[in-house]
Amino acid sequence: MTSSQLFVAFWTIVTKEVRRFTRIWGQTLLPPAITMTLYFIIFGNLIGSRIGEMGGFNYMEYIVPGLIMMSVITNSYGNVVSSFYSTKFQRNIEELLVSPIPHWVILCGYVIGGVSRGLAVGFIVTLLSLFFTDLQISNIAITVSIVFLTAVLFSLGGFINAVFANSFDDISIVPTFILTPLTYLGGVFYSISLLPDFWQGVSMLNPILYMVNTFRYGILGVSDINVGFAYSMILLFIVILFSVSLHLLKSGKGIRS
Amino acid sequence: MLQPLNEDRVAHTMLTPANQDQFMTTALSINNLRKVYGNGFEALKGISLQVEEGDFFALLGPNGAGKSTTLGIVSSLVNKTEGSVSVFGHDLERELSKAKMCLGVVPQEFNFNMFEKVIDIVLTQAGYYGIPLKVARERAEFYLRKLGLWEKRNERARMLSGGMKRRLMIARALIHNPRLLILDEPTAGVDIELRRSMWDFLQEINAAGTTIILTTHYLEEAESLCRNIAIIDHGTIVQDTSMRELLAQLNTETFILDITPAQQQAPQLKGYRSELVDDHTLVVEVEREQGMNAIFQALEAQDIQVSSMRNKANRLEELFVSLVEQNLEQEKA
Repeated sequence: MTSSQLFVAFWTIVTKEVRRFTRIWGQTLLPPAITMTLYFIIFGNLIGSRIGEMGGFNYMEYIVPGLIMMSVITNSYGNVVSSFYSTKFQRNIEELLVSPIPHWVILCGYVIGGVSRGLAVGFIVTLLSLFFTDLQISNIAITVSIVFLTAVLFSLGGFINAVFANSFDDISIVPTFILTPLTYLGGVFYSISLLPDFWQGVSMLNPILYMVNTFRYGILGVSDINVGFAYSMILLFIVILFSVSLHLLKSGKGIRS
Repeated sequence: MLQPLNEDRVAHTMLTPANQDQFMTTALSINNLRKVYGNGFEALKGISLQVEEGDFFALLGPNGAGKSTTLGIVSSLVNKTEGSVSVFGHDLERELSKAKMCLGVVPQEFNFNMFEKVIDIVLTQAGYYGIPLKVARERAEFYLRKLGLWEKRNERARMLSGGMKRRLMIARALIHNPRLLILDEPTAGVDIELRRSMWDFLQEINAAGTTIILTTHYLEEAESLCRNIAIIDHGTIVQDTSMRELLAQLNTETFILDITPAQQQAPQLKGYRSELVDDHTLVVEVEREQGMNAIFQALEAQDIQVSSMRNKANRLEELFVSLVEQNLEQEKA
């Protein structure tokens, strides 16, 4: 395929993905908006007002970056895992497999589809947060780049989950038992400096901590961890997960007999 | 209903496959193809098959014979174990992208997103082949009109009838103007009238240059459409010949005669095996070297009139059953 044909194919997958999550907006865009509004009201306003400052900011200001990042993580992951698994389940993956699109274009298309939903939800949650607090962005480049890279990383994670999934139960196991606990323990609601040394050490093993803190650094200018190290780790994980995903597509794991 | 061909330039351009070579070539070449599934089942035992450009080719076989596995490997939906496949000279291992560009596939089961609109399904498939949206829209309109689906273009696919869904899969498979179209039971569950109009459409695109490989359980369909035929059974090719040569192998045909007046016992037909099914129905087996005239003369001599006559089974069906039975006996031996 020529480069223009490759771009048409890539863009077709992206628009198909965007069309899907906007068509079912009541399942994809509305729930995180409601959930995050509740978080802002309950944790930010009601409980937060009694907590006082965290990292030099009031509690609402402190948790907003974490909650935006949490929305981006869960939605970019959830979009790819549910969309690609549905494509397998309904067998319309065959439309892709018979076509001449290279595997890397298929993967990039699904990843950017996941990123689109992650960013769309992140944007909605950011707008909602403005009803509760003034959001001053300390470093726009870091804010935008980290949210994009995080969405890419979790879209890849969702893709791998979908490849291995054999039932709709399988696509909810990882988000429920791994993603949600890691997100809650990844410094969304608290600074790890509040933890004893041992648990601080354990928290440093949680990759989501790096993303949440780097994003918080981009907005508030404060972080529990080294931002440069966080970027390195995220890029490394993206390379690893992209390679694994591409290998799975090439081998036909879960999609070809 | 399918729309008749508009004999204008657009129709001719649309129906003519892309990148058609000036000289005839082999559309599909399969060599020593073998497939062993993960559970150890050997679905294909080293089959070889050639389909020439422009052919209308039937691939027949009983359920589980290996037809869908063969077509699955050609369509890149199934991984082969051994052997090679090339489409218009493009080997699937070395030139997969070029091979896929030449190939359109209509699968046996519905495999589109039931929640998408008809037009989106076709346009998305065009996009997968890198066709710009403007061109894709023109082609989508042409094929959807041709297949009687244009009025349904904004309906969700799940709202279509079974016949419409089958036609949608044909429109989708043709959107990139493939040189080779594979149809895996395209008329299953489609009523007679629509089936015949689909045959006309397939003959039309075949006449315009598209090579077609068809699998079907309607042997009448294969007999009336296809010029060449392969029969596959238990993972091996048991026949690979022209339809004419295959039908010439048929030694015996069975005819059902409606006779008057009512008979209590079978009339005397010297040299023929016959059976009186009921008082008005006579079944007669006729061997290739025997004529039919002697039957009519013998019946007339007994004051019996033949009011109508038909084949007991489709000719290809009789051959198909005998070939599959022979193969089964050979395997047992």
